Amino acid sequence: MNVVGQLAPLAFGLAAIGSGIGVGIIVGKTIESVARQPELQGRLQGLMFLGIALTEALAFIAIAVAFIPFPAP
Amino acid sequence: MLIRLLVVAVLLLIFWLGSRRMQLIPTRAQVVFEFATGFVRNNIVIGTLGEKDGKRFMPVLMTIFFVTLGMNLTGIIPPFQIAGTSVIGLPLIMAVVAYFLFIYAGVRKFGLRYFKNALILPGLNPIMAAFLAILEFLSTFILRPITLTLRLLMNMVAGHMLLVLCFAATDFFLFTVLADGNLLGFLGVGTFAFGLAFTLLELFVAALQAYVITILAAIYIQMALAEEH
Repeated sequence: MNVVGQLAPLAFGLAAIGSGIGVGIIVGKTIESVARQPELQGRLQGLMFLGIALTEALAFIAIAVAFIPFPAP
Repeated sequence: MLIRLLVVAVLLLIFWLGSRRMQLIPTRAQVVFEFATGFVRNNIVIGTLGEKDGKRFMPVLMTIFFVTLGMNLTGIIPPFQIAGTSVIGLPLIMAVVAYFLFIYAGVRKFGLRYFKNALILPGLNPIMAAFLAILEFLSTFILRPITLTLRLLMNMVAGHMLLVLCFAATDFFLFTVLADGNLLGFLGVGTFAFGLAFTLLELFVAALQAYVITILAAIYIQMALAEEH
């Protein structure tokens, strides 16, 4: 059997596992903190978005893999 | 290309009109303008860099924010539908500007000692310090501009792809499948609704990415300016 295709989406899928877990932890912890100290919400939200952006970057690097022109074997 | 020139023209027009007649009692347009610029000034720049350094780097960070925001927003405005930042040129320029900015800030303050501060952590044995210096070099001087570029670019590309998928599916279901008399074509209504929802999501992402790239540039400058640890 011959399977033809691209492996880049698989790479993105694998990278998305890690980023997904990371973003989940960040958002969950932020909700926890806001529940404890509602007056800090504004500041925590900024930090949360920053953390999400940094974590997501790994998944976005994985998307970029599909655009790298690897030479055909 | 044409979109970017258009965005630049619109931005220039907005800022010219916005800053031409400032009044003590603001008009409605001036309130909006002052809210946007005030948000960048207080929350992003002064919030991270402090009053003194914030004023020095205010113009360039303000420019990065509003250019990125304007270019991102073209991704969801109907006649254009492609973000100026979804081609690598513009995010690359933003990242390179931020890169040189934080190196400039560090070198201006510490001279060549800046590189020593950035790479070598004090209080470690030499082998560990050398190992960490390589890691610090990679993360500070190589990965930072790459991630800045890719984060902005890939957010916009992925958003564009999502919208294309949704609206292409709508077109296919409604005008090919349904026209053949197949009732499965009513799925097109669902994909159209998802397209609209993702357009709203893209609106949020456009503002968020402009915020993120600006605050990251500000944080990098702040780290370069920090006293030696």
